[in-house]
Amino acid sequence: MTSPLDQKKIKIAGPVVITANRVDDGAVVYRSPDGRWTTELGAAAVAIDADSARALAEAAAEDDLNAIGPYIAPVSVLPGGHVRPGNLRELIRLGGPTIELPTPLDS
Amino acid sequence: MYVYDAFDRRLLAERVAEFRDQVARRLSGELTEEEFKPLRLMNGVYLQLHAYMLRIAIPYGTLSTLQLRKLAEIARKYDRGYGHFTTRQNIQFHWIKLAELPDAMAELASVGMHGMQTSGNNVRNITTDQWAGVAPDEIEDPRIWAELIRQHVTLHPEFSFMPRKFKIALGASSRDRAALRIHDMALRLHRNAAGETGFEVMVGGGLGRTPYLAQTIKPFLPKRDVLSYVEAVLRTYNQFGRRDNIWKARIKILVHDLGAEAFAKEVEAEWQGIKDGALALDPAMVAEIASRFRYPDYEKLDDSPPQLAKARRDDRGFDTWMANCVANHKVPGYAVVTLSLKPQGGTPGDCTAVQMDKLADFADRYSFGEIRVGHEQNLALPHVAQRDLPALWRELDAIGLAQTNVNLITDIISCPGLDYCSLANARSIPIAQEITQRFRDLDIQRDLGRLHINISGCINACGHHHVGHIGILGVEKNGEEFYQITLGGKADENATLGTLIGPAVPYAQVADVVEDIAAAYLELRQPPQELFIDTVKRLGVEPFRERVYAAR
Repeated sequence: MTSPLDQKKIKIAGPVVITANRVDDGAVVYRSPDGRWTTELGAAAVAIDADSARALAEAAAEDDLNAIGPYIAPVSVLPGGHVRPGNLRELIRLGGPTIELPTPLDS
Repeated sequence: MYVYDAFDRRLLAERVAEFRDQVARRLSGELTEEEFKPLRLMNGVYLQLHAYMLRIAIPYGTLSTLQLRKLAEIARKYDRGYGHFTTRQNIQFHWIKLAELPDAMAELASVGMHGMQTSGNNVRNITTDQWAGVAPDEIEDPRIWAELIRQHVTLHPEFSFMPRKFKIALGASSRDRAALRIHDMALRLHRNAAGETGFEVMVGGGLGRTPYLAQTIKPFLPKRDVLSYVEAVLRTYNQFGRRDNIWKARIKILVHDLGAEAFAKEVEAEWQGIKDGALALDPAMVAEIASRFRYPDYEKLDDSPPQLAKARRDDRGFDTWMANCVANHKVPGYAVVTLSLKPQGGTPGDCTAVQMDKLADFADRYSFGEIRVGHEQNLALPHVAQRDLPALWRELDAIGLAQTNVNLITDIISCPGLDYCSLANARSIPIAQEITQRFRDLDIQRDLGRLHINISGCINACGHHHVGHIGILGVEKNGEEFYQITLGGKADENATLGTLIGPAVPYAQVADVVEDIAAAYLELRQPPQELFIDTVKRLGVEPFRERVYAAR
């Protein structure tokens, strides 16, 4: 996991969000425009330039009580504004494992 | 089974109380993540892609039914109803919540289980042959020595902050079922020319980015000296191992850079100073540890009871299971039963709470309340009376644990990969699932014979890809999943690292490549039944490389 500090020199090639894991349960969360965390990628603050991405990441890093290891992750914004994860890792973080999980109640 | 004493129980209780306090302070903000992370890791709590993961040690792969039922309860109460058995005789729960971890750990402690030293730069869970104590070719039970070392290194302050993690495995048979030579240190019990029993000591094995097989630095170590010699190896590593570069910090790099002989000399010098001190083993102390391993009260039975032969004749399914999953036991009239956790289309190593509970019932009824966990991510019932095998088979079949693919192409070792793991570059499980679908025909699997596929989702090699007969390593190229294929690796008593056959292939082609390799083998093998690994050894990887890349 790359910390925001390590990402300070990153060049933003497209839209990005700030993502992390929630402290309580490790769930994937995204930084929202109002400075909170949300599990909905569609509700995340999307940055399209390095300065705003860095500002979002730095603010997120301050919130150690609620989120672990915030970092800048690529997204794509579809026509109509729908936000999608920018790579497979982020797709899996958002959607969960790509495999069917065992069903607890059967064998 | 090893029976915990009051000291063990107190240690676990204190650890749970300490961790409960640490979690409370993290949740209140008193501890930052930077401060908390090393504390949680010391208790086996990782953060994966979607959730915390708790890794629990199963020392030397031995589980009681009490413990297995507790694992089922943890899976149900604190996780998502299943657990995942790893390649190091651990079990992982992948969806556990931080606030609930102390309660889960307290429940685990009530049955003598914990996650201590399943992470961090210390001596990790000590593993052995999963057939320890029951294998006919075994000299003596290696778990007694594993337990002795476990007690010595648990929370040992000198070995809690080593350059990197340290994995120890033990075996005591002519056949290596514990993958000894891929460990940082391995101890193999054997007899010398004088008929005395002692250890061959191997060091410097490991997979990951720079794979090496362990080298023998002491062919015969008397048993009284095992603790002092382990201490000398750990001290030598602690002193000279690199701390400046995580990729060069494992003992394998030190042994390789110094040379095994020079490393052995350093160990010897250290050892001479301590071998006759407090760590020299008193036979009474060894006997005390041994006395806490309780063995079943076996009946006097004969091998091959008539009803067994009849059952084999009457039911082809049972006969197939007998041939594939049932092994000889050192006690006449008993057998060792392997349970494949590799269902067609399933996740290698996963076991549901329902299966765990039922398996515990079967183990109570048929295996003196004991279960074993192997590094191949399968389970075993170690003490089954041969007369009970037909009844056991019917019960296992009903819960999907009587599969007859042990040691065949679909008995795949796989790490969790990018579906769970934050270190992974590529997915492992779906690759394994696709291969099991392609080779679902058991006749084809049996025709291919013994064939181990090992899959890792990153270079850290938790899926042991370097020592798979067919090794598959996931890498990332420009945001896409690609897979390198190696052939000819093995982790047995003739351990070998596999050879890369060529450029990595994309995700969608991996199962096709495995089919090509299998087809090439069937054409190339010598009659009557040359094993895949022997064909690769005889011909090298070239004919397979040609077959795989000719069409790509």
